[in-house]
Amino acid sequence: MVLSALISGLGLGSMYGLMALGFYVTYAVSGTVNFAQGSSMMLGAVLTFAFAKTLGWPMWLAIILALMLCALYGLAVEFFAVRPFVNQGSDAWLMATVALGIVVDNLVLFTFGKEPRSLPSPLAQVPIKIGDLGLGVYPLQVLIPLVGLALAAILHTLSRRTRWGTGMLAVVQNKSSARLMGIPIKRVIAVSFALSALFAGTAGVLIAPLFNVNADMGTLFGLKAFAVAILGGITSAWGVMLAGLLFGLVEALVTSTLGSGYTQIITFALVIAVLAWRPSGLFGRTEVKKV
Amino acid sequence: MTHLHFQAARRTALACVATLAFAGTCQAQPADPVKIGLVTALSGQSALAGEAITRGLQIAIDEVNAKGGILGGRKLELVRRDDESNPAKGVVAARELIFKEKVALIIGGLDTPVSMAIVPLMNQEKMPFMVPWAAGTAITKNGATPNYAFRVSAVDELVDVGMLDYAQKNFKSTKPGMILINNPWGESNEKGLKAALTAKGMTAVGVEKFEGNDIDMVPQLSRLKAAGADTLFLVANVGPSAQVVKSLDRMGWKVPIVSHWGPAGGRFTELAGPSGKDVHFVQTYSFFGKQSKVGDQVIKTMMTKYPGVKGPGDITPAVGVANAYDSMHLAAMAINAAGSTNGDAIRQGFYKIEKYDGLIKSYVKPFTEAKHDALSSADYVWAQFIDNQIVPAVVTK
Repeated sequence: MVLSALISGLGLGSMYGLMALGFYVTYAVSGTVNFAQGSSMMLGAVLTFAFAKTLGWPMWLAIILALMLCALYGLAVEFFAVRPFVNQGSDAWLMATVALGIVVDNLVLFTFGKEPRSLPSPLAQVPIKIGDLGLGVYPLQVLIPLVGLALAAILHTLSRRTRWGTGMLAVVQNKSSARLMGIPIKRVIAVSFALSALFAGTAGVLIAPLFNVNADMGTLFGLKAFAVAILGGITSAWGVMLAGLLFGLVEALVTSTLGSGYTQIITFALVIAVLAWRPSGLFGRTEVKKV
Repeated sequence: MTHLHFQAARRTALACVATLAFAGTCQAQPADPVKIGLVTALSGQSALAGEAITRGLQIAIDEVNAKGGILGGRKLELVRRDDESNPAKGVVAARELIFKEKVALIIGGLDTPVSMAIVPLMNQEKMPFMVPWAAGTAITKNGATPNYAFRVSAVDELVDVGMLDYAQKNFKSTKPGMILINNPWGESNEKGLKAALTAKGMTAVGVEKFEGNDIDMVPQLSRLKAAGADTLFLVANVGPSAQVVKSLDRMGWKVPIVSHWGPAGGRFTELAGPSGKDVHFVQTYSFFGKQSKVGDQVIKTMMTKYPGVKGPGDITPAVGVANAYDSMHLAAMAINAAGSTNGDAIRQGFYKIEKYDGLIKSYVKPFTEAKHDALSSADYVWAQFIDNQIVPAVVTK
């Protein structure tokens, strides 16, 4: 039972981690967060379904197009729901991104419909059996943590080792100096939002065959992913991904040992307890304020 | 002078028109249609179910009208309103039907929360309310005297008794486990199932719950497996029900699943995959297999009236059509028995119905002051999905 919980937990946790990476990337660059992440995830899944199933296009093309549109959506979120408010020194982007997510969810509800649909994948049909317990795991469930960890590694390397990445970090440290150094701040921030939506979209495409495709599939995921991002310390790509795995594991272990009635109570109470103990998250660094 | 003449002439003309109109109204009154209101989901996820209810009602109405209508020649007319599965919108629609459309009776839809919200208004306004789908026990057992809510559908507490009976009879279940959605519907069935088990001196080996958007139910199901469950009682809508089946597949656990009618509400085979067929769920009617005379007639009419219907497989969801068809005929009989469209008279008219050879069964004294549900657990049929079609369940021993 514990083994099955571990497998379930790692699978779920990597999905949360993948979504949470999207929160990390915009926060690292601009200090803002895209609360429309849940809708980006849903768009990834719904658009892939629309291209592959409704229009009958090849799956690889459907996925590429869906992810490109997710990135465009990320640019739109930044342009319409974040930039105007940040320019005025207002924190209203918080509400604006939430609102934009709700608008998009409902637009999809109108066009796609409320009925959940299935997006089958050859990677989620025949489970690989583990041990003698008859317990199985789909290849896709192994792929999701791998994709998550690979993306975290790429982000980490990009931000520390490339010119573009150091540019991103410079933007977050001091906007004015970065601008003086010729770093195109607006473009860097916009790209970070595109990346964040791209990560969420990827999560949507990967999760859809295990779950289903529906207009509100991203809502609860978005919320849990944000909890994960904060838990990991939103300033570290590795931290966010690891916190995702941890959150998923705790969730599955609590469910299998104490029962499903306690899952939400214990996992979210743990988030509060951890943050009280380490306000910057498990793997985050305390912000240094220069005075 | 001319102006005054003109005014007088206009007044006279208006008076004539008014008198004629009034006289016309008076003369036309006996032939005025009797309006029947319908408040159900006509858009969104449940639109198909709303359409099924509409079709069942319309076929019954056409039959009644073809035989000369009710109350000495008045035709029935259906007035539909969309509640979008939203209780507040349902109440607004019901008010409009009562006060503006002046309907004689209102038919409810498939969502228990919407029907529960409408019931107090019905009892207050003395408006007979017939429910052809929503299964919440408290809709008809609402505590009001007099009670204006009637139903031709499954009832949660009876479904729960039926689920246990079916599991015992077909799967020799002695240690059932429950896997339920974490919402009021799941909770109401948890109570019902526990009561049904207690009545037989049994207990569940475990009760596990999940959220509507949960992906992986393996942890919950592992607990039930470890506790030794030999059957699972499943209560959830179509999406989460499919996730339970997929999780069982991954565990490699073949266990009989006896379910409420959630899987019938959507594309279960597509969502759950090949193992979807192993879920046996409750229905009130199946258009497959040998039909009664009424059943054959309804299928024939459906195929003639709706070009998309090529056979029993296209009459879906079957419960919507069947329950609505019998509901409408019983309602028409109640209005006839009342002799008027007065709400309280119609309510008592329901008690005067002695016998009706309907689609689901032959009803004998279907309603009394104490019994507002025309169907009992003996009337339920068990079904499964085979290739996207709901067919009578076959138990493989």
